[in-house]
Amino acid sequence: MKPEKALIFELSHPGRVAYSLTECDVPQIEPASVIPEGMLRSKPAELPEVYEVDVIRHYTELSRRNFGIDNGFYPLGSCTMKYNPKINEDVARFPGFAKIHPYQPEESIQGALELLYTLQNDLAALTGMDQVTLQPAAGAHGEWTGLMLIRAYHESRGEKRTKVIVPDSSHGTNPASATVAGFETITIPSNERGLVDLNALRAVVGSDTAALMLTNPNTLGLFEQQIEQIAQIVHDAGGLLYYDGANSNAIMGITRPGDMGFDVVHLNLHKTMSTPHGGGGPGAGPVGVKSKLVPFLPKPIVGRREDGTYFWDTDRPQSIGRVKAYYGNFGILVRAYTYIRTYGPEGLRRVSENAVLNANYMMHRLAPYFEVPYPGVCKHEFVLSGKRLKTFGVRTLDVAKRLLDFGYHPPTVYFPLNVEECIMIEPTETESKETMDGFIDTMIQIVKEAETDPQLVLNAPYTTVVNRLDEATAARKPVLNCSC
Amino acid sequence: MKHRYLPMTEQDQTEMLATVGAKSVEDLFADIPASVRYNGVLPMSGALDEPSMLRHMHRLADRNADADRFTSFLGAGIYDHHIPVVINHVISRSEFYTAYTPYQPEISQGELQAIFEFQSYICELTGMKVANASMYDGATALAEAAALASGATKRKRIVVSRTVHPEAREIVRTSARGLNLEVVEVGFRDGVTDLDELKKTIDDNTAAVLVQTPNFFGCIEDIRVIEPLIHEKKGLLVMSVNPLSLGLLESPGVLGADVVVGDAQPLGIPTSLGGPTCGFFAVTEALMRRIPGRIVGQTVDRNGKRGFVLTLQAREQHIRREKATSNICSNQALLALCASVYMSVMGKSGMQEVSLQNMRKAHYAAGRFPAGSPAFTAPFFNEFVVKLPGPADVHKVNAMLLKAGYIGGYDLGTDYPELKGHMLVAVTERRTKDEIDGFVREWEASAI
Repeated sequence: MKPEKALIFELSHPGRVAYSLTECDVPQIEPASVIPEGMLRSKPAELPEVYEVDVIRHYTELSRRNFGIDNGFYPLGSCTMKYNPKINEDVARFPGFAKIHPYQPEESIQGALELLYTLQNDLAALTGMDQVTLQPAAGAHGEWTGLMLIRAYHESRGEKRTKVIVPDSSHGTNPASATVAGFETITIPSNERGLVDLNALRAVVGSDTAALMLTNPNTLGLFEQQIEQIAQIVHDAGGLLYYDGANSNAIMGITRPGDMGFDVVHLNLHKTMSTPHGGGGPGAGPVGVKSKLVPFLPKPIVGRREDGTYFWDTDRPQSIGRVKAYYGNFGILVRAYTYIRTYGPEGLRRVSENAVLNANYMMHRLAPYFEVPYPGVCKHEFVLSGKRLKTFGVRTLDVAKRLLDFGYHPPTVYFPLNVEECIMIEPTETESKETMDGFIDTMIQIVKEAETDPQLVLNAPYTTVVNRLDEATAARKPVLNCSC
Repeated sequence: MKHRYLPMTEQDQTEMLATVGAKSVEDLFADIPASVRYNGVLPMSGALDEPSMLRHMHRLADRNADADRFTSFLGAGIYDHHIPVVINHVISRSEFYTAYTPYQPEISQGELQAIFEFQSYICELTGMKVANASMYDGATALAEAAALASGATKRKRIVVSRTVHPEAREIVRTSARGLNLEVVEVGFRDGVTDLDELKKTIDDNTAAVLVQTPNFFGCIEDIRVIEPLIHEKKGLLVMSVNPLSLGLLESPGVLGADVVVGDAQPLGIPTSLGGPTCGFFAVTEALMRRIPGRIVGQTVDRNGKRGFVLTLQAREQHIRREKATSNICSNQALLALCASVYMSVMGKSGMQEVSLQNMRKAHYAAGRFPAGSPAFTAPFFNEFVVKLPGPADVHKVNAMLLKAGYIGGYDLGTDYPELKGHMLVAVTERRTKDEIDGFVREWEASAI
C-alpha cells in the first residue's frame, strides 16, 4: 500500500510562491489611508507557501487516488455514469462561453442566448412539456423549484394543498425537497411487483393533495405500467404529477413524461445528458412544465423576438422569483447542448434502447447468482438482493468492497430501502459487452469466494490506498479541517 | 446507426437479445402502454458530426463579447480576475471531473482529501471553525443560512440589508416562502446599511441579520457595530463575503459572525455567464451539526492510516428524508477544487497581494472620474458607484462603451429606483492603469 499522502498545508516552506501577478502600476495607496484600521485584517490567513511544481504534483497525486469513468466501469445505479464526451469539455472552455458575464448587454451575448433558447425548446420536446427553465443547479434544486411552482399554481386557484405523496422507493431528495418547499410528505408502500399500489394511492389522495412525485421507470428500474390510472387518480383529486427525471436515460424518444400525464418534470443533465459529475457537482436540473404552470416559472427565461434576436424575458408577474443567481449553470448547459446535438433525436432514442438492453443483459446473466426481487424486463437499471450471501456472513457492502480490488466502481448499495441487501446496477449505453462480461464474471467469482472463503471478501479491499475507514469515529469526534 | 460513443454492434445486439430471451429490442419496452408511447422523431435540433459541431459552437461563441477581446469593468458579484493556468490543468484530470460524489472512500481519497483541504482553506480565510464541502453558489448559500438560523433559534423573522446582492435577496425571499419565514429588508445610507433602521428592525423574534461585505455597492459594512445589535437579541449574524477581499479585510470569525457564506467565483472560477460557480458555507463550532450539505472528516483505516470520509451524514436527505436539514444532495466539488488550487497557488503572500492590488486599482480608478461622480463616501474594496451626469442613461452609456471595446459597469437603476443613473464599476487586478484611464475617458465621452 502507498504511504500517507501529505496535506498541501504540510508541504509549506516559507518564502516559496506559485503565483505570478503583474506588478501594480497604479499609486501604492496604503490600506489604512482609505479603510479604517479595524476593518483591515489583523492576522493574515495561514495559507501554504509552495511553488508551482508542488501544486501540480500534489493534485496529480490526489487525482491518482481517485476513480472516475475514464478509469473504468462505474455501474452506480440511479447515477447514470455514462461516458463524458471530451468535445463537451473543449467547447465549454471557448472564451466566448467561459469568459462572458451574466450582466453584459443582451446584444453582446446573442450566441449564448441562442444556445439557451434552443436548449429550452429541445428539452421541452424531449419531455413533452410546454416550457422549460434552465435555472436549477441540480436535481434536488429542480425538485424544490418544481414543488414551489406547484405550490404557486394551487395558491393562484385559491387552494391550500399541503401534502406531497412519494412512494417508499423514491430518492431521499423527494421528501426532503417537499419539506423545504413547505409541504408535508406522505410515503406510500410499493406493491409486491415493486410498483405504485393504486389502492394505497387512492387511500391517501384528497383535497389536501398538492402532488405525487414519481420516478418512471422507478428506482427499481421498473416502468410504472399503470401510469395513466395513477395520473387520473391524482388529477381527479385536484393534485399534480411531478416527474423526477433521474431515470430519463431509459425513455428518450420512446415515451415522454408529458404524454404520461405529468405536469412538472426535472432532468438531471449530469446524468442523462452526459455532463461530468465533477466529484459531486456542478450539475444542472432544468424544470419543464405544462402550459398551466408556465406563468409561475422562475424568471428570466430566454425569449426570441420576431427579428431573430434573443432576450431575457423578465416580465413575468406571476413568477415564483429567482431560484439561482444569474441564469443557472451555463457551463453545464453548454455541455448538455453539445451532447444533444452530437446525437440528435434518433441518436438519443438509440442511447435509451442500448442502455435498456445492456441492463437486461446484465440482469439475466447475474440472476442465477443473486436474487432478483422483481423479475421481468427492467429498464435502464435493475436491483439484485445479496441476502443469500448472509448465510456465509458476507453482506452486500463486502461484495462492493471486494469489487474495488478488481478495478470496478461498485454499484449503488442499500438503495432503494425496500429491498434487503440491495445492489442496484446501471450499466449505461456507453459500456461494451466485453466490459459488462468482465464485470459479471468478477461478480460471479466474488459470490464463489463468499461461499468458500468468506474472510477473503470480508477483509477486502486489498489494493486500494487505504483500507476500510472508521466512519463511526469520524462522525463522533469530527476532524473537519487541518486546524481542528 | 454507428456512433463514436456507442459500442453495440449488430452481433452484440443479437447475442445479448438471445441471452435475455427477447426477439427484439422492442420487446424490452413492451411494458410501456402503447397509449403513452411516442411514435415518430422528436422535434429537436439535429445531429452534427464532430467537425460540424466545432464549427457550429465556434459560430455561437464568436457572437459573444468575451473578456479576452473586451476590457471588462463589470462585477456585481461575478469578477474578471486572472485565473492561474495550472487550475485548468488540475481540473482537467478526468480522475476528478468524471468521478461521482465520493461514496466509496477507498477509491476516492483524492477527492475527499481535496474537499478536506477546501474546508481547511475556507476556515483559514474566514476565521471560522467548520466549513462544508460547498454549495451551489453564494446566493443559495445565503438562503440556506437563513434556513439554518431559523432552525437554530426557533425564530421566523429574517432581517436582510438592501445592500445585499439583489438576486441573493430574491432567492432568500423565494426560499423563505417555502419555509414560511418572514423576510424584512433594511435600507441603506451613504452606501452602507442604515444602522438606526437596522437597530429598530431587529426584535426578539429575529433569527438572523443577513449582511454582505463588501456589499453590493462595493462598500465595506461596519460589522463591529452590527454584531452587537443582533447578538444582544440572541439572533445570529450571517455574513456574506467576497473571499478575495479577505486577503486584506478582517476575517468574519474575528468580527463575531455565526455563519459565513459567499461565492468562491473570484478564486479561479471562470465567469461563464454566472455559472457554475461555487458557494461556501462556514459556521461556528456550536452550529456544526446544523450545517447543510456534504462534509468531509479525517479518520483512520483498519491499519491506523490517515484517511478521509463523508461524515455527519445523519443530517442529510438520503438518511433523514423529510426530516433532513436541507434537500441539497450535490455540491460544487470541481469548482471547490478550482478555488483550492487557486489558494494553493496564491498562498499566504499571494492572497494578500492580489487583494491589495484590487483595492489599489479600484481606488485609483475612482479618483479618475470627474469630481462629484462617486456616489458614496463609505470605504470600499474593488468596486464603487458613480453617478452619471444629468439625464444620462446607464444602458445607453454601456452600449457606447461596448462599441469602444469596454464592458461597462452594472446599471443600479435595475434594482434600486433611487439609484437610477448610477453605475457600479468593478476594477480587478487584471486592469492596467492604461485600461483604467482609457475607460474613464470613454465613459466621460459617452456620458456627458
